[in-house]
Amino acid sequence: MIVAHQLTKQFDTFTAVREISLEVSAGSVLALLGPNGAGKTTTIRMLTSILRPTSGWARIADLDVVTQAEEVRRRVGVLTEHHGLYARMRSEEYLTFFGELYGLSGDVIRRRSGELLEQFGLADARDKRLGEYSKGMRQKLALIRVMLHDPDVLVLDEPTSAMDPVSVRAVRDAIAALRNERRTILLCTHNLHEAEQLADQIAIIRRGAIIERGSPAELKRKLLGPTIYELRLAEPLNGLAAGLAERLDLIGQGADWVRYRTDQPAVVNPATIAWLAEQRAPVLALSEVERSLEDVYLQVVEATDAH
Amino acid sequence: MHTKLRRLMLSARRVAIVIRREVRDQLRDWRILTPIIILTLVFPSLMTFTAERMIAYVNSTGGALDGERLTPFLMMVVGFFPIAVSLVLALESFVGEKERLTLEPLLATPLSDTELFVGKSLASMLTPIVSSQLGIAVYVSGVFLQTGWLPSPGLYAQIGLMAVLQAAVMVSAAVVISSQVTSVRAANLLASFVIIPFAMLIQGLTVLMLWGELDLLWWIMLGLATVLTGLWRMGVRLFRREELLGRELDRLDLAAAWRFFARAFIGERRSGEGLWRWYRREVIGAVVRTALPIAVVGIALLSGISLGYAEAGQFRLPEEITRDVAFGDVASRFDETGISSLNGALWIFLNNVRAIGLASLAGMASWGVLALLLLMMPLGIAGFLSGQLASFGISGATFFGAFVLPHGVFEIPAALIAGGAILRMSVSFLAPPPGRTVGEAWLLSVADWARIYLLAVVPLLAVAALCEAYVTPQVVVAVLGR
Repeated sequence: MIVAHQLTKQFDTFTAVREISLEVSAGSVLALLGPNGAGKTTTIRMLTSILRPTSGWARIADLDVVTQAEEVRRRVGVLTEHHGLYARMRSEEYLTFFGELYGLSGDVIRRRSGELLEQFGLADARDKRLGEYSKGMRQKLALIRVMLHDPDVLVLDEPTSAMDPVSVRAVRDAIAALRNERRTILLCTHNLHEAEQLADQIAIIRRGAIIERGSPAELKRKLLGPTIYELRLAEPLNGLAAGLAERLDLIGQGADWVRYRTDQPAVVNPATIAWLAEQRAPVLALSEVERSLEDVYLQVVEATDAH
Repeated sequence: MHTKLRRLMLSARRVAIVIRREVRDQLRDWRILTPIIILTLVFPSLMTFTAERMIAYVNSTGGALDGERLTPFLMMVVGFFPIAVSLVLALESFVGEKERLTLEPLLATPLSDTELFVGKSLASMLTPIVSSQLGIAVYVSGVFLQTGWLPSPGLYAQIGLMAVLQAAVMVSAAVVISSQVTSVRAANLLASFVIIPFAMLIQGLTVLMLWGELDLLWWIMLGLATVLTGLWRMGVRLFRREELLGRELDRLDLAAAWRFFARAFIGERRSGEGLWRWYRREVIGAVVRTALPIAVVGIALLSGISLGYAEAGQFRLPEEITRDVAFGDVASRFDETGISSLNGALWIFLNNVRAIGLASLAGMASWGVLALLLLMMPLGIAGFLSGQLASFGISGATFFGAFVLPHGVFEIPAALIAGGAILRMSVSFLAPPPGRTVGEAWLLSVADWARIYLLAVVPLLAVAALCEAYVTPQVVVAVLGR
């Protein structure tokens, strides 16, 4: 649903985005991660036909972003970096304005607005001017605007910023529901936990170029090495430590525990357990050590900075 | 055809949606609503009272200005004041939206750049125009009730249309300003480029209306319509997503501008190329590119001569002056001035260089109009003198052949080329070439102008000055025989 090939954007002498290629299929979420100024917003703007690429091409919902720009904008819902609400309007008037621009009829606008305002808990704030909304409420209303015309593709820049935990949950649930409805979602976020939770694919962008791409698990494996496991016994290791060191690629050891790496857990872990059973060693736990996307991200960004 | 009509209808609908939102927003803001109400209802009533008192006073003193001039003048004032609000509304609508970060969601909708531009422009004009027309109606009704005076339909149309044109020009100028800045503060500073010409326009209109030259208002409106066309075209070119989002900061990088200018001035340097080939391509080429503006200047200069010649019949110089030129001892006059010397030539040269430099500056500030007037002036004077001398039997051909042509063969082409370059430079920002910003388009034309001025016009002026100092006096003496 989103395909980009060698997308490049140049402003005078500055190259904001350099030969970015990506593909996001229907029903999946791609999270675009990167530090401020990395080129995420420019990429989004090109993909949503707001800016024209200097070179390369992109297609959204089978439409060319340059030659079919208006149709692309009609089929995409874009949550921009800034919510862009008109302070003197009320929610329904605001949604009617955007709904009409997307060519929706009055009935559809009323029905969709009502449903979405209810879903995001803004129905009771109908009579308030948008200027009186809290930051989280504004963000939610902006998200409703994006979903109002039922777009096939959603591009969301920081969808949960400034929200309280309950609202964050509501938005994440909404994104998951949209994915289940086979919508294509491009998510830009600094919240790595959110990206890990929601995204099928991650692309890390730095200085205008994609430097790493893959599923969260693939990226962890590729950048942080094989999975790490922790084996904990109910009593001190004593003489077992030498035997474990022969069988496992140990990376850490304590009085009653060891940590090891393996890229073949299905083979290595049962064999280790079996050997320990033979040694009559009481195994308390064998578990995978949690490694976060943050570790991946920081490693990638620091490695790029070092270059 | 059917598809085009549907497309047009869709665009009209979207424009209407934008206008509705903008106007509602304006009418909810008391800072906009209050002056609009005052200027629509209170101010016209005050002007009605003023008109009645002024007419009574002027009539009681037997002054030169009668009510028939003061009342339409005040009608124009009443119509103009609400129009001034359109500048504020347009700056708020365009750059204000950019500053409040509400523009990008709009740019992400199916709206085309032109639909958004037209919608916002019309919305900025609508409230002030309605307010202006209402204000005029309130004023006219008040004056009619108090004095029985009613404007003719022609006058009503003139003043009403003038207000509409003024609003349209102000809004279009505001769009151009807005495209160059990212904050309302910066836009307000640049708004002086709109306010000052409008202040001058209003002064000019005041003079015309108090003078009773109401027919000239149509010409002023034609001028405003021309300016509007240029600004509107520029607005459409500038109000594009690329332009609006490509400029994140109001940054003036003088060093980069200088480098850009220097590169444009030098142009292309091909390896192994001689200076003459470069000159032919970059200097003569620039002159050739300026052919159309040069033709416009040519027509203006010919008009200057004709106008000067025609005016000679109406305004006569004191006869002793003309007689002295026609029959006096011109040789000794030339000797007295010391013109036929190197100092004389240098004086003429520097004077002409300064005059064309001044015309360039004046042209830049007036879309080339003042430059044309300044360049027309010497030839207008020559035409005027020729007309004066004609009554003493010296034909125009003899006058021009003797007094102008010997140095004019260099000086007139210099003026034509310089005028063309000034004209091109003055209007270049109206339609920047694709992929160029307004600033770049302007710097490119300034580079062209500088190349033409320094490497074509100045050398021609130097030769012309030498001819004017050493050849022209000889020819004049030879032709007139004294």
